[in-house]
Amino acid sequence: MRVYGVELPSRLLLGTALYPSPAIMADAIRASEAAVVTVSLRREGAQADDGAGAGQRFWGLVRDLGVRVLPNTAGCHSVKEAVLTAHMAREVFGTPWIKLEVIGEDDTLQPDVFGLVEAARILTQDGFQVFPYTTEDLVVAGRLLDAGCEVLMPWGAPIGSGRGLNNPYALRSMRAHFPDVPLIVDAGIGLPSHAAAAMEMGYDAVLLNTAVARAGDPVAMARAMARAVEAGRLAYEADPIEPRDMAAPSTPVIGAAVFT
Amino acid sequence: MNIIVNGKPRTVAATTLAEMLAELGYAGLRVATAHDSEFVPAVRRAECRLRDGDKVEILGPMQGG
Repeated sequence: MRVYGVELPSRLLLGTALYPSPAIMADAIRASEAAVVTVSLRREGAQADDGAGAGQRFWGLVRDLGVRVLPNTAGCHSVKEAVLTAHMAREVFGTPWIKLEVIGEDDTLQPDVFGLVEAARILTQDGFQVFPYTTEDLVVAGRLLDAGCEVLMPWGAPIGSGRGLNNPYALRSMRAHFPDVPLIVDAGIGLPSHAAAAMEMGYDAVLLNTAVARAGDPVAMARAMARAVEAGRLAYEADPIEPRDMAAPSTPVIGAAVFT
Repeated sequence: MNIIVNGKPRTVAATTLAEMLAELGYAGLRVATAHDSEFVPAVRRAECRLRDGDKVEILGPMQGG
């Protein structure tokens, strides 16, 4: 897939949070064959403090994996916070890419789509390449594109819920309505079958984290997700049959023996 | 001078953000800074003057989804 002029060799984007250890995170990223991993920012301790440099070590680990990073604005609830965080992320990670999250509601972590559109416009004008974490709302999607976004990331389900695709109808509508816009299902994926379902609909990629990081064996789950994404994409390109209500025999009936 | 650094009070001799980062041991680290909730790019830290009670955020890389 191609996004902001960059050809990505994998249609799986993977988060770097919640793994049992940094080593397992690194192994899972390798097993997933993801070309992009999401990262974030936190208060950094000075070298003289306890636990100093944890962020620096994490960055060293990610850099050695040779993957592209997509910093997020996780935890931001306002346009001002998100814009400020994006600027700081651009300096820390050295990329204009930003996964824009403006959270509007804490139980579901649903995006504040009004703030999202405003922040997307500001950041695009500031030279960022924005990956907005949004809902399936077509009008909001159109506004995000008007604001300069060249990719959209609708949620499958609330972050970390593992519920899969809560609203397949709306996701199909979005795919049909924006046939030429790169679309990534972001959040809510729990199983490889969920990821495959998104890909079968024609989504360009999926972004997930918890489903792999919190699995009993994150490395095996990363491998499973990679295969599901690949299988789903292949199926989409292969033009699946339409479901029907009644049976249609697959074995030819012509020439069948007649036993009476 | 007393500065709130990442939410904690610190007493520093520095008078600019750049000096404060060096004084607190951040020299050479991959961090981004904000002064009273405004982003201060690395190239402008030397001209960012601190006053008593100012708030500084120093952020570095973290795992994220």
